[in-house]
Amino acid sequence: MADVSAKPEPQPKRRRLSRHQEDRRRVLRAGLLTLGVLLLQPLAFLPVVRRMQQRLRPPGALDEPAFLSACIKCGQCVQVCPVQAIELADMEDGFGVGVPFIDARKQACDFSCDALSCILACPTGALSHGLKTKEEVHSGIARLARPDACLARKGQGFHGHTRGERFRGLLRYEDHDRWNPVPVRKHDYDVPICDLCVRECPIGETALRLEPLPGHPDGKRMTPVVGKDCVGCGVCEMICPEEPACIVVDARAEWSEA
Amino acid sequence: MSLLGDMVVMLGRAPRKPMHRTDAAEIAYGRKRGKGLEVARLIEELAARPQSHKWRNRRWAVLISINLLFTVSYWFDVQLVEGSLTASRFLGFHLADVYSAGIVMLAQWHVPVNLAIGAVTVFFLWALLGGRTYCSWVCPYHLVAEWAEMLHLKLAEKGLVSDHVFHRGVRAGFWLLFALLAFATGQTLFLALNPIGILSRAVVYGPSLALGWVAMLLLFEVVYSRRAWCRYVCPIGLTFGAIGAGAPLRVEYNLDACAHEGECRKVCEVPHVLDMTIKGRAEDVKNDVGPDCTRCGLCVDVCPTNSLRFQIKGLSQLL
Repeated sequence: MADVSAKPEPQPKRRRLSRHQEDRRRVLRAGLLTLGVLLLQPLAFLPVVRRMQQRLRPPGALDEPAFLSACIKCGQCVQVCPVQAIELADMEDGFGVGVPFIDARKQACDFSCDALSCILACPTGALSHGLKTKEEVHSGIARLARPDACLARKGQGFHGHTRGERFRGLLRYEDHDRWNPVPVRKHDYDVPICDLCVRECPIGETALRLEPLPGHPDGKRMTPVVGKDCVGCGVCEMICPEEPACIVVDARAEWSEA
Repeated sequence: MSLLGDMVVMLGRAPRKPMHRTDAAEIAYGRKRGKGLEVARLIEELAARPQSHKWRNRRWAVLISINLLFTVSYWFDVQLVEGSLTASRFLGFHLADVYSAGIVMLAQWHVPVNLAIGAVTVFFLWALLGGRTYCSWVCPYHLVAEWAEMLHLKLAEKGLVSDHVFHRGVRAGFWLLFALLAFATGQTLFLALNPIGILSRAVVYGPSLALGWVAMLLLFEVVYSRRAWCRYVCPIGLTFGAIGAGAPLRVEYNLDACAHEGECRKVCEVPHVLDMTIKGRAEDVKNDVGPDCTRCGLCVDVCPTNSLRFQIKGLSQLL
């Protein structure tokens, strides 16, 4: 006994907590953890509320808030797209993380699948099964954003490969190969007046057509005009040879006479 | 313990001593009386053997294969399994994570047919295989969290970090909270935070910034609280736990040879399910380990007396 008491007692680093105190701390920590996670909620809402990203969504997408909540973020739409137009958004989209979008300039939806495969693949109806044909799609509306740069308006033609040799986008050229989309960089153009956007529009002239520029009835200078049947697929934006594109798609925009 | 009792323990109540023990259990405990030294020697002997990693290695192989199957299927266009772990199609059949599907429905106030079919299919699959088997044999976060846990334990051994325990009931709280938020706000906060979805998408579609969030979770687990996401937050795990409560595939604890040295509880992600291995806590000689068990097999590997075994209920009676 004497020996033991003679030894210096090792100082405990910390006061030992009673069982009750330990329990109380567990509950307290649990509460703080819950609070911490709850604080993340506004962080996720911020990008959605401020519309920091007005993304072009795949065909058939519900209204933006409904779309974000209905999407289960599985990426099945990404996998079925024959031209790999669909990408998944990252963290900066808040609630939109893992939600599909299309960067039309990089790769537009050209309806190569014919069947709206992404809609058929969607397990939650975030891409609405109500649509049956490409004409019913309403992703947005094309807009001539840089009329001054437009080759047709300048009365110029286009020869060669649009978008350069390193462009990786695909497009289905129906008169060339009905079934398989091919790299855009492999397709030769030779047109006296540039009409690439109109020529490749998957919908046709009720969606996008060339008209003589006012004051130039001779047809030497033309301008693309967006019609009410435009579905916002983005092929015109992808194919435009100018950099950046003269014609762009405004996601979720409504068509109006102008 | 009764199924209901097991469920309450899974939701957060501390396990209790059994009210009464069977005669067989009393006899088994009686036999151990006064054999302390003998048992201690036995444990020492067994501990000297090389540690078996049989089940862990099998499990990691299965987990990695399943996750890579998604990747391979996409990149080589095999179309065996399409999608990711939140929802997918296996040979064309819809599969959907039950909790994720549930909160999507709550947020939309609508039940999409394909999603419901997928969720019900997954429900029955894991009702048979033992709900949380999903966690340790499929979930990619479980794997990286296991590695983080190894690091945590190494650092804890050196006294650099320590484990801060939370009240387990908080997981049930999160389960409700995420569901209520989905219902009230129409947005699925859980799916934005879900590290399983983030990892699964990264495995299939390539890395993303969102992996930073997963890294933060892992860091939290390494420096502050061991296995925090799986133990205290994950509503997917809790859902699967409830789904698999009556599953035939489970770990069985046999009291007879147990030395009560507690190696199993040290390696377990959910040690409350192994409360019965504490001396005096087992109700019977053979006991089913509770529904929160992920069937990871770490306890089966580590048990020096082979008192914990995988078991398919009903099959042993048949054979």
